Amino acid sequence: MKLVAALVGGLIFGLGLAISQMVNPEKVLGFLDFTGSWDPSLAFVLGGALVVSFIAFRLVLKRDTPVFANRFSLPDKTDIDGGLIVGAVLFGIGWGLIGLCPGPAIASLAYGMEESLWFVGALLAGLGVARSIR
Amino acid sequence: MENFTPISALIGGALIGVSASLLLWLNGRIAGISGIAGGLLSPSKGEMGWRALFLIGLVGGVAIYRLAGGELQSIQINGSIPLLLIGGLLVGLGTGIGGGCTSGHGVCGMARLSPRSIVATVVFLGVAAGTVFVTRHVLGWGAMS
Repeated sequence: MKLVAALVGGLIFGLGLAISQMVNPEKVLGFLDFTGSWDPSLAFVLGGALVVSFIAFRLVLKRDTPVFANRFSLPDKTDIDGGLIVGAVLFGIGWGLIGLCPGPAIASLAYGMEESLWFVGALLAGLGVARSIR
Repeated sequence: MENFTPISALIGGALIGVSASLLLWLNGRIAGISGIAGGLLSPSKGEMGWRALFLIGLVGGVAIYRLAGGELQSIQINGSIPLLLIGGLLVGLGTGIGGGCTSGHGVCGMARLSPRSIVATVVFLGVAAGTVFVTRHVLGWGAMS
């Protein structure tokens, strides 16, 4: 059931990225380009996602355990350290260069473009390097 | 603001929130894509299947949307192969070192009011906007759209 839940969760996430057009880097860059013809759509995507998850997370975390697992796996780090800032800066540069963050990058594979493959390949390599130096 | 699509943005965003909430409620996991993908790179028992299926679903959701005749039938990814590789590498490195991306920090972390996630989101949004300013308005790569 855990596997079915993951697949359904992924499907809904992908649908959300497609309907909101966040899977299109040109749309994302239109948001990041504040001094161009600014497109505020991404803020509405984040807002919509936050309203739902803010309320639902509170209800869910009242439970002792998740439905199909024996515990909640939540991040336990609380300190704002150098890694967090350096990582966010590097991520921001890469995101701004192409307009793809990890979710939309992987989801964009559904459009069968060579560009997605190059980007996702490098993304996985970067994740691998980060794991080896952490 | 001629490209502004508030309604589809809100609906799509809400679906992302539903997905993140389902994954937490059913499996007790955070729907952070960089974390889910990164976990596939250091194989451990019982951790591979759900991660792979979530990502397959992610691509499948977009594929279903296209087959069902969704409005967005094509996307535009600009950049030479070297630039795509540099961009991808920076996004992988950055989200790996910083412990999250737009979904993990931006949606799930902010929904939990995690100070780390709020700081990370402000920094990567600001740096990404600065990068776009430099590439489009200083270097003049803006012949893109």
